[in-house]
Amino acid sequence: MSASTATAPTSAPAPARRFRLPGHLAWPIGYLAVAIVIFVFYYLISMGYLTSVSGWAGRWIPITTVNQSLVWAMCALGLNIVVGYAGLLDLGYVAFWAIGSYVAGWLMSSFFFHLKINWFGNAPAFSPQGIHINFWVVLIAGAILCAIFGIIIGAPTLRLRSDYLALVTLGFGEIIPQFFHNADKQHVHVNISNGTQGISPVDKISGPTFNPSGGIGWGPLGPFDGLSRYIFLIILTALIVFISLRLRVGRLGRAWLAIREDELAAGAMGVPLMRTKLAAYAVGAVAGGIAGVAYSVEIAGVSPDSFDFSKSIILLAMVVLGGMGNVWGVILGAIVIFWFNQTGLPQGGNAINSALHTNINFPSYNFLIFGVLLVLMMLFKREGFVPEARTKLLLREPGRTEVESLGGDLEQLSPELEEVTARSGDGSEGSTDSAERSSP
Amino acid sequence: MTTTTLAAGRAPQVAMRLREVILIGTGAALSIGLVAWIIWNLVSSPTQTIQAGVFGLSNGVLYALVALGYTLVYGIIELINFAHGDLFMLGTVFSAFVMGALGFTHANVSGIFGLILVLMLAMVFCASINVAIEFFAYRRLRHAPKLAPLITAVGMSFILQNIGLQWNGSQPRQWSPAMPGGHVNLGGVTIGYDVIIDTIVTAILLLIMTWVVTKTRAGKAMRATAQDQDAARLMGINVNRIISFTFAMGGALAGAAGLLYQQTIGTTSYNIGFQLGLIAFTSAVLGGIGNLTGAVLGGLLIGLIQGLNDGGPHGFGQQWSQSVVFVILILVMVFKPTGLLGKNVGEKV
Repeated sequence: MSASTATAPTSAPAPARRFRLPGHLAWPIGYLAVAIVIFVFYYLISMGYLTSVSGWAGRWIPITTVNQSLVWAMCALGLNIVVGYAGLLDLGYVAFWAIGSYVAGWLMSSFFFHLKINWFGNAPAFSPQGIHINFWVVLIAGAILCAIFGIIIGAPTLRLRSDYLALVTLGFGEIIPQFFHNADKQHVHVNISNGTQGISPVDKISGPTFNPSGGIGWGPLGPFDGLSRYIFLIILTALIVFISLRLRVGRLGRAWLAIREDELAAGAMGVPLMRTKLAAYAVGAVAGGIAGVAYSVEIAGVSPDSFDFSKSIILLAMVVLGGMGNVWGVILGAIVIFWFNQTGLPQGGNAINSALHTNINFPSYNFLIFGVLLVLMMLFKREGFVPEARTKLLLREPGRTEVESLGGDLEQLSPELEEVTARSGDGSEGSTDSAERSSP
Repeated sequence: MTTTTLAAGRAPQVAMRLREVILIGTGAALSIGLVAWIIWNLVSSPTQTIQAGVFGLSNGVLYALVALGYTLVYGIIELINFAHGDLFMLGTVFSAFVMGALGFTHANVSGIFGLILVLMLAMVFCASINVAIEFFAYRRLRHAPKLAPLITAVGMSFILQNIGLQWNGSQPRQWSPAMPGGHVNLGGVTIGYDVIIDTIVTAILLLIMTWVVTKTRAGKAMRATAQDQDAARLMGINVNRIISFTFAMGGALAGAAGLLYQQTIGTTSYNIGFQLGLIAFTSAVLGGIGNLTGAVLGGLLIGLIQGLNDGGPHGFGQQWSQSVVFVILILVMVFKPTGLLGKNVGEKV
C-alpha cells in the first residue's frame, strides 16, 4: 500500500503547446508572403542582381502586368461582393471602374484649370492649375461617389429576376462609359469628361522611390517606379480583401448569402431585401471606385475607350472561374486571367511561333480561348477553380420551378402521388432534396 | 380588436397603392413624352423626320428578325441567348463570302436568283449553328441556376465573335451587293429598292413563321413546351427535339437578317453582332419577351426611335444612339417588365 503510493505516477510534464496557425489566417499570410516574395524579386532585379532571370522576368512577368492585374483583382473583388456574395448578376461593373477613374481625373489633374486647389497634392511644376488633392483623399472621394452610383444603378433592379437584372446592369454598363465618351463641350455644352481625349496627365502619388544605387527616397512616383506603385496596390488590395472578409462574416454578409440562395426564404426570415441588395451594390461599387482611382494613377491618365463591355465580362469571368464568393480564388483568377491575356498569350505565341516556325497570330485568339474556357467551366466545374463550399452546393442544385419558388409544392396535392414519387426517389423537384442537402 | 387590425392593415395598402400610382403615372408620362417628341419632330420638319423614320424602319425590320430569334428561345427555355447577335454576324459574313464565291455581285436578274438562293443557304447555315450550340452548350444546363447558362451564352458569344474575326478579318469589309440599287421618290422622301425588298422578305418570313407556329403540329408543340415543359413531355412531345427546332427557327431568321443586312448595308464586320444583338434584345423586351408579334412591333419601334434620334431634326445625334436604346431598355424593365404586348404568364419578373 505504501509501495503503491510510492509508485503513484508523478504527473508527466505538460506537453509543450505546439503553435497552431488559426485556419482562417492561412490564406492571408500566404497572400502577404507571396506579395513580399514578388517585391523582393523585383527589387533585386532592379538593383541589378538575378541577371540570369531578369530578361525572362521582364518579358514574361513585367511589373506593369503585375500592377495592372492587381487593379483588375480589386475590381474582381468588388464584383465578387455583388455576384459572389449577394448573387446579383452584374454585367456592367465597368461603369464603377470608369467613375472611379474619372474622379481621379477630375480631382488629380489640371482639368479644371480655372480653379487652383491644392490639398497635399502633387501638382506638376509646369501646371499648378486645376484641382490637386492628395491621393488618399481622392480614394475616399471616389469610393463615396461610386457608392452613390451603386445605389442609383441598383435601385431599378431590385424587383427584377436574374436575367433582367443582368440586362439592366449591362445597360448601365454601356450608358455610363458612353456618357463619358460623349461628354465634351461639343455635345453637352459643358465639358465634363473631355470626350474622347480623356484626361491626362493624372498626378503622381508620393511614395518610396528605390534608386538603383540602393537608396530609398521619397517623392513622386514616375512611370518607372512600378515597384513603388506595386506597394500601394498591394495595400489597397489587402484593404478590399479585409473589407470583403469582415463583411462576409458579419450580419450583412450572412444576409447576402441568404439572398443568394433563396430570396423568398430570406425575406420571410426577416432579411431586409431592398437594403441588403443596395448595400451589396454600394460596397461592390466602392471597391470599383478604389480600383478606378488606382488605375488612373497607374496609367497616368483616363481614357473613355478603355472602358467597354468586354471588361465587364472579363471581370465576371474572373469571379466565376476563380471561385464565386471566395476572395482568394477571385484574386488568383484575376491575376491568372489578366496575365494570360496581357503577357502569357503574346509571349507564349511568340515562343511557339519561333519554335515551330509558324506565323499564327496568337493574341487574336484570346477571346476564343476565353469563350471555350467559360463554356467548359460552366459545363464541368461551375463553382470555379477555388470554390467556396456554399457556392458549390448552390450551383449544383437544380433550379427550382416557378411554382416551387412561389411556395407551392405539387406533391402535396395528392397523397398517392406523393407516396409514389417518394418511393421512386424523384429528384426533379428540388425542394425536399435541397432541404436535406443544405443542412451541414 | 377588429378596428385596430383593420387600421394596421390599411397603412401598407395605402403605401402600395401610392407606389403603384407613381409607377403607372411615371410610365404614362414617359410614353406621352415619347409620342410628343415624335410629333414635335414631325411638325418641325416633316420630310427629314419621315426620311429618318424610313431609314430607322429599314433597320427596325432587321431588328425584328433578330428579336424574333431572341424571343423564341427565351419563350421556350427562358434563356437570353447572348450568342444570337453574333450568329447574325456570322450570317452576314457567310452571305458575303458565298455571294462573292458564286459570283452574284451585280444587281441583275441572276443577282435576284442569287439572293434567293443565298437566303436559303444562310438560313440553313445559321440554323444548323444554332442547333449545334444548343446541343453542345445549353442542353446540359437546362435545369441549372440561371448564372450557368447565361455565362455559357456569353462564352459562346465570344467564340462566335472570334470565328467571325478570323474569317472576316479585324477590319470591316466592303462588298458589292446584288441588291438592286435605285430608289423611289415619294414626295421628297427617298425609299431605296433595297429597303422595299427587305420589308417584303421580312413580311414573307414572318407570315411563314406565324403559319408554322399557329397551324402546324410542331408549332403547337412549341407553344406547349413554352407553357409547361413537364406537361408537354407528358403529352408525348419530344421536348429536346422541339427545343432544337425552336433554335433552328431562330437561327434561320438570324441568317435571313444577316443576308439582308449584308446586301443592304454592304459591309461586314466581326463586332456588329454584339451591338445589334443588344438592340434586338431590347426590342424583344419592349414588345414583350416571349411574344412573337411583340418582338416585331418592338423591333420596328426601336428602329423608328433610333432613326429619329440619329437623323431627325430634334434627335440627340448618332453618338447617343446606344444610350437612347439602353435607356429605353432600363425604363421598360422598371416600369413595364412584361413589355407592350406582354406575355400572360404569371411571375416573369
